[in-house]
Amino acid sequence: MSLAALDITPNYYLVVGALLFTIGAVGLLLRRNVLVMFMCVELMLNAANLTFVTFSRVLDDVGGQVIVFFTLVVAAAEVAIGLAIIVAIFRRRRGATADDVRLLKG
Amino acid sequence: MTVEAVVFFFAAALALGGALGVVVGRNPVHCALLLVVTLVAVAIFFLLQDAQLVFAVQIIVYAGAIVVLFLFVIMLLGVDKEESLRDPIPYQRPAAVALGAILLAEIFVLAGRTWATGATSARGSLRRRVDGQDLGNIQRVARTLFTDFLWAFELTAVLLVIAVVGAVVLARRSGQRAQLDEHERAIEEGITEAELSEAAEEDEEEVVTP
Repeated sequence: MSLAALDITPNYYLVVGALLFTIGAVGLLLRRNVLVMFMCVELMLNAANLTFVTFSRVLDDVGGQVIVFFTLVVAAAEVAIGLAIIVAIFRRRRGATADDVRLLKG
Repeated sequence: MTVEAVVFFFAAALALGGALGVVVGRNPVHCALLLVVTLVAVAIFFLLQDAQLVFAVQIIVYAGAIVVLFLFVIMLLGVDKEESLRDPIPYQRPAAVALGAILLAEIFVLAGRTWATGATSARGSLRRRVDGQDLGNIQRVARTLFTDFLWAFELTAVLLVIAVVGAVVLARRSGQRAQLDEHERAIEEGITEAELSEAAEEDEEEVVTP
């Protein structure tokens, strides 16, 4: 296939979605700063959203785009609660790395 | 190359570069800003696939609200200092990369299987004309959202209310609790009980003699 006639098939989007999801998952495992871990979760959610929209186009089904809305709402609620938890942890102890809260007790 | 291909590869480079930057960036503020790059690139993907409403919502909610919330918390807590790269668990880093590679391989293997159903347009078409009219993307999404997914839509409203109440409860500090926190922090900082009570007395005196 020559470069001039390169057609962007849905598979391209799915590959980008898979790569984004993997980067997010690796980041979640690598990082210890809770805020950055949260951002990695957002990356994974976005990869899922991208996959939903791509399949919505492939299957000609608007349901995929509706699901993205619900994902967005859940992500917003998750960020609100998660950041509140981080602020609460930060008040008690001067640090926001995952190691600081590994004992699951105050 | 077609225009779509040029835009696609540009956005793909932005998305993956931004995502890698989030993972390797050492300053949380930089991570948040690179997250915006990735989110906007994903929004461009949505636009390329004729999902205009989702594109707008992605920009407004994600890049506009969620990342700003992240930046607020980073600034508020003053955690914008660089994270030490020394890991307390030495084998965690290679293990994370290996698990990521396995995950990626797994996704590709699973994606290579056949479709589960192959059914199309189960929830309304994106292209077919409805009642003889050509509907826009927003109208099509709205039709499905307020008919097939009405129950789920109402539940998201409940979820948001719960999240708001929960955030307020978690972020609030009541009077007694606040004093206790201050006390604990004072002990952590090595201030003795006597100094603390002296300071309290001085405060009282200041109040009495203005």
